[in-house]
This record gives sequence, C-alpha cells and structure tokens, in this order.
Amino acid sequence: MAEWAIETHNLTKRYGHRPVLSGVDLCVKPGEFLVLFGPNGAGKSTLIRILCTLMKPSGGTAKVAGYDIADDPDRVRASIGLIGHSSYLYEDLTAVENMRFYLRMRGVDGVERRLAEALQVTGLERAMWHRVRTFSTGMKKRLCIARIVASPPHILFLDEPYSGLDEEGIRMLNHFLLTLKTADCTVFMVTHHREHGLATGDRAVYLHGGKLRTEPPAMSEG
Amino acid sequence: MAGLRTVYLLLAKDVLVELRNRETFTVMLFFAVVILFLFHFSLNPERENTAQLAPGLLWLAFMFTGVLGLGRSFQAEQANDCLEQLLLVPGDRGNIFLGKLVGNLAFMLAVELLIIPLFALFFQLDLWEALLPLLVVAVLGTLGFAAVGTLFSALTANLRAREVLFPLLLFPLVVPVVIGAVTATAIILGGGTLGEASGWLKLLGAFDTIFLVLAYLTFEFVVEQ
Repeated sequence: MAEWAIETHNLTKRYGHRPVLSGVDLCVKPGEFLVLFGPNGAGKSTLIRILCTLMKPSGGTAKVAGYDIADDPDRVRASIGLIGHSSYLYEDLTAVENMRFYLRMRGVDGVERRLAEALQVTGLERAMWHRVRTFSTGMKKRLCIARIVASPPHILFLDEPYSGLDEEGIRMLNHFLLTLKTADCTVFMVTHHREHGLATGDRAVYLHGGKLRTEPPAMSEG
Repeated sequence: MAGLRTVYLLLAKDVLVELRNRETFTVMLFFAVVILFLFHFSLNPERENTAQLAPGLLWLAFMFTGVLGLGRSFQAEQANDCLEQLLLVPGDRGNIFLGKLVGNLAFMLAVELLIIPLFALFFQLDLWEALLPLLVVAVLGTLGFAAVGTLFSALTANLRAREVLFPLLLFPLVVPVVIGAVTATAIILGGGTLGEASGWLKLLGAFDTIFLVLAYLTFEFVVEQ
C-alpha cells in the first residue's frame, strides 16, 4: 500500500492567464477523511477534477492511490469514486437501469444484489423502476450515493455532497460516510457545510488564493 | 474483453434511451421524408434525369439526416455531465468513441433502410435488383461519415455554436467519402455490379479505416480538458 492515498506537489492550474491553483501541496493518509473548505471560485472543484483525472494540471505532480495521475490514469480511475456537482444520471433510464449501467461499465460482480441493497440503504427501493426524469434533486443525489454504496472505492471524492439533500438525506449520507471511515476508505470532501464537514472529517484544510492552508482565512482576506 | 463490454453497454444504453424517448430516430426519419418531398417537388425529375440525379440526391438525404442524429449523439451525454462518469471508467477512452459510433451507425443505417424505398417511390426507380449492392455502398459510406461525425459531435458538444460548427467541420472532411459513395452508387444504379464499383469501394474502405483509426486515437484528446 502506498504511503499516501493522495499526494500532490506544487500542483498548479491556470485557465488562460488566470491562475486557479498556485502550487498546492497536499498529503492524505490512507483511511483519512479530509474536508476541504474554501470560497466560491477558490479552485476546490478544479482540484478534485484534476485528482480524478478529468482535467490536466498546468504544472506539478499528483499521485492518487500511489499512482501518478499523468502516467497511470487508468489505475487511478479504478481506485476512485466521485460524487460530484452533477448527478451523472440518464433522465430517460430508471434508477435500476442507471445503477446497472454504471456498475457493469466498471466491471463490478454481483450487480443485481449490490444494486438492490444500495437502493434499499438509500431509501430509493420504492422508486427503483421510476425514470430519473421524475426524481427530485434530492432523490437524484441519493441515487448518486447509491452507486457508490453498491461499489465502494478505495478513495472517494465528494464535491458538495450535501447540496439538494433534505434532513433525512443528510442523515443517510453522514451514516454512509461514517461506515466508509470504519471501512478504511479514504475520503476527500469539498463542502460549504462547515458544521457537517467538521463533524464527519478527521482533518480540515482551506483553499484560498490558490494555496492550501490549515487555518481558515481571515475575514479581511475575503 | 473490457473494451467490447464498454462498446456493448453503451450501444444497449443508447438503444434503450432511444426506445424510451424516440427523439433521434423519429426526428431523423421525419426530416428524411421532408427532404425527399423537397427534392421531388423542387426538381420535378423526369425519368431520363433521375438516373443522373439519384445517387447525389440519395446521399444528400443520407447525410442531412445523419448530421441531425450525429449532432445529438454527445448532447445526450452532456446532460447531467454523464460523459464525465464515462470518462471515469477505467480503460481505453477510445472504447467510449467506439460505443457511441456503433450506436450512431445503427440509427443511421436503420433510417437509410427506410429512406431507400421512399426514394424509389418518390423518383419512380426500380431499386429491387440493385438493393444488395446499394446496401454495401451505404454501409461503407455511412461508416466513414459516422466515424468523423461521432468525433466532431464530441468535440463540439460543449460549444455554444455547436449547431453551426458541427456541419461546418464535418462536411469538408467527409468529401472523399461523399465522392466515393456517390460514384459507387451511380455505378450500381446504372446497372453495374459491385465488381465494377470495386475501385471506389476500396477507396471508401481505405477512408473508413483511416477515419476510424484517427478518430479512435484522438478521442482521448478531444474529450480532455
């Protein structure tokens, strides 16, 4: 097992001439639950997208699960899961069909058993044959979580997972995150919900001005 | 095997989505009928001219309806950022291109199968004997067209002016396919055999291979940010 689940050195990203990440150095231990806070536009989602191999950095290096994101992106993808801003769901397919497609694409065994259990855990068993088009935002988020429940990755990235969830949904998510912690899954979560983030995470860092800090920025820094 | 699985699952998903919403196929077929009506009434073809006009008109109908279907191909993956989830699947990203290509090819060929008898009806052509060789030309021509079209559909899916840019990028590149397909079709409709059109069929086969390999290899860079 690699010493660090996530490791970045001087990671930079520019959109044109505008720097978004200006030398991010980060190390996350295997099994650690890290929460990343930061104002809008700080580059939190950009950092997650780079670590998930969805975006190339402008400079620096990063390893996820011990694999370099530039040299070995395939192994990185096999080790991670992502619950992002978007639902990644096909509106004209049912919950079951979406789950089935996702799990089979990833080559997971025992698809039917896993998806039935995951839909039950996320409280979607009654809506399992409904088309996603008829789902509320919260139900779509639950279905995203169900996909991860059905096939827990070694490292899970979450980008604003609480958005769109009602209280019951938040309780369900927090319970799931706690089970991940006990299962030694490494979690990297970006959220604006400071209360939930601090309650579930082992460690919090702050992204401000393109750099990581261990302390929140002062009010005067915006 | 993982590559084949990706191609099969994407094809099955696209067919299922199409069976549910019937958006792409219905629009393509309706558009094809409209085009054939326009050709019929604007050209008012006499039987002597029909043989000369038919190959070009048939391929115009194939391509215009094809553009409609291809343009929508990756827009469906952009909704809810589904493409990102596909990009997170371990394996060669070229397989995603192949999966989408096979789906596009299936929809285009299905519509073309319906266009051919309608075309024969509108232009009073007896295509029965030429049907099999015509289908061979249609498959070869459509494969090259769909390969480039699928790639550019992915390239332009995120752009605001995609409806304008997509055909502008696509049509100049598929000129060799159009020339080969129209000429081979003219030979077939003129009573010739596949053997007589073999030179053009080889050209089509060569372009299909080049376009397929290039599109497969460049897809990763097209979808990369």
